[in-house]
Amino acid sequence: MLSGLISQSVFLGVLITLGAWFLALALRKRFDYAFVNPLLIAVVLTIAILLATRTPYQTYYDGAKYLSYLLTPATVCLAIPLYEQLEALKKNYKAILAGIVTGVVTSLLSVLALALIFGLDHAEYVTFLPKSVTSAIGMGISSELGGYSAITVAVIILTGIIGNMMAQPVLRLFKITDPVAVGVAIGSSSHAIGTARAMEIGPVEGAMSSLSITVSGLLTVVGAMIFQNFIQEASGRRSGGRGQSERKIMPRGGQERRKAYHGIQRADQEFQPDPGLYARVLRLRL
Amino acid sequence: MKYLKQFLIIIAISFAGEVLHYFIPLPVPASIYGMVLLFAGLCTELIPLSAVKETGDFLVAMMQIMFIPATVGLIDSWDILKDRWPVYLIITFVTTMAVLLAVGMVVQLGLARSKKKEGRENA
Repeated sequence: MLSGLISQSVFLGVLITLGAWFLALALRKRFDYAFVNPLLIAVVLTIAILLATRTPYQTYYDGAKYLSYLLTPATVCLAIPLYEQLEALKKNYKAILAGIVTGVVTSLLSVLALALIFGLDHAEYVTFLPKSVTSAIGMGISSELGGYSAITVAVIILTGIIGNMMAQPVLRLFKITDPVAVGVAIGSSSHAIGTARAMEIGPVEGAMSSLSITVSGLLTVVGAMIFQNFIQEASGRRSGGRGQSERKIMPRGGQERRKAYHGIQRADQEFQPDPGLYARVLRLRL
Repeated sequence: MKYLKQFLIIIAISFAGEVLHYFIPLPVPASIYGMVLLFAGLCTELIPLSAVKETGDFLVAMMQIMFIPATVGLIDSWDILKDRWPVYLIITFVTTMAVLLAVGMVVQLGLARSKKKEGRENA
């Protein structure tokens, strides 16, 4: 009976999420260390609640999706703080642009270096190439180049959480304190999830972070196209063209993946894959 | 009523972003098109700041909460990550820190330089 209530409730998902968030905020107030990150704690608390009550993720998400629904309008509204900081943007545009370009190149180069160190193959390598940008862009790039989109999405979210959590203390440690520099660094390294934190640090930080998401996202589309060539597909496997060989080892959604890029906007109607993270983010364009 | 009107405008811009996303064959999400549209609208004063300000600020302030449901969804992705998760975690962590510090240093250096040129303080 209780499980029936849980699975039918429309409000429980939002209730758990908001409850976890405010509990996390209270913990943050009590233990004021930079590493006590409200977003991470709220996520861990929510997962703990779901596991303890054996609630499937899908049940939780049926309610909580109404929060995710607001992500697109909220991201659109990032233009407001950016507009309000137009002066800071105009005045420092050279340094800002140099920073964003540095970020895109550093991201691609560091992925290449680590891919070589860990001996990743082409498909895994291109999965990581767009890891620093907002997930809808990153997922599109990954699937276009023949990567595993679902892993890309997971890695992008993880990148955001790391940035949200660690950006401020790490930047402070290296004496990077200028609000413009902090903002561009957070936006370039950890997209919208980092930006949500930058907004809390200050208006200039938030605005610069918002700008960096957009510009570095677009630059990464071009950059990843170039960088994909630096680790080639193994020659024996490329016979059937892109995707032929790796589809066999795709974790899930091999067919859908091909459709994803050209048909992202029609994804809602055209295919209904299992209710995985990939599908959800596709629907949300996070 | 004011807030509802602001919400209407924000939703209209989000929809315009979806329209662009539908017609332009690039992996760019509707939200990014929408952000550019709203920014352009504000700069050209087609959309006055007062038409979106309060509701917009509220949505931005709530943004971290909106990421919780998708992030919790990582538990569903465990299946695809479990084989190689240490490698994935190392790559993700190292590259994120590399970008963070490289960008921070370049921008801060650039700012210091232009400040010196102008002989002014305050960025």
